[in-house]
Amino acid sequence: MTLAFDLLLALALLWSAWRTLAAPRLDRAIVLFIAFGLLMALAWARLAAPDIGLAEAAIGAGLTGALLLDAYGVLQRRRDRP
Amino acid sequence: MKRFAVIASALLFVGSLAAAMLELAPAAIDLRGPVAAHLAASGVSHPVTAVLLNYRGYDTLLEIAVLLLALLAILAVVGEPGAARPAPAHPVLQTLARLATPLMIVVAVYLLWAGAFRPGGAFQAGAVLAAAGVLLHLAGLLPGWQTPRLRLRLGLAGGFALFLAVAGGLLAQGTLLQYPPALAGGLILLIESGLTLSLALTLAGLFLFLSRDEVAP
Repeated sequence: MTLAFDLLLALALLWSAWRTLAAPRLDRAIVLFIAFGLLMALAWARLAAPDIGLAEAAIGAGLTGALLLDAYGVLQRRRDRP
Repeated sequence: MKRFAVIASALLFVGSLAAAMLELAPAAIDLRGPVAAHLAASGVSHPVTAVLLNYRGYDTLLEIAVLLLALLAILAVVGEPGAARPAPAHPVLQTLARLATPLMIVVAVYLLWAGAFRPGGAFQAGAVLAAAGVLLHLAGLLPGWQTPRLRLRLGLAGGFALFLAVAGGLLAQGTLLQYPPALAGGLILLIESGLTLSLALTLAGLFLFLSRDEVAP
């Protein structure tokens, strides 16, 4: 059961990483990046490193994702009113 | 043709990386034993916190300095602030942010306190506090920050200054950041509290200083 979960997690990590890089639209790539960060936090927790998992969820997925979304918003606004 | 060459070389690279990882020799020095053996003298009962703030305290000290430097670089690059008004947000989002913020503060204090004996600590607590600040800003309740005044400067540099002061005060012990075992727990909690506040302001500052001129075109 746990092996199946780990395999699923590893596959989901690779898949979301690929989708993040290959997404044609920036906003979709950012949301996929946040999902990738959360899956990464789960993977750290499965590797018995909950400290790194917490840091990854808070900084990697949360704050970096918010910064990226904010930068995307600024880019959009600049494009709308050049 | 070019595409196949790229994919093939990437696969080769991944394969050799995986092979190297699988053939990795065991670490030359196994530090798990000594860490566990001296845990009682470190002042905390969670090995990660003991390593971060006691055995390798100077690493953490320099990390905080690097984060502070990064924020200073951002402040230098951003230039003159514009008129930063909070953008109006949906009232439901505002209410949700108002409800979530006290919970996030409680979670941050819990993470800080839990760091002594289970996963948690200053970095995670600071990140949660910073996320609360970012949430309030996105909901239009907290304006972007202008050029920092004295109080904000004290908050930003306070954790590092406190850490440095403790390190300086303990120089008489012989080694840098060698705590006396009787005081270690209290000193680590003091340093972590200061670090939590400064880290929260620094991480939130990465967001709030940068977004201050976004409203003014």
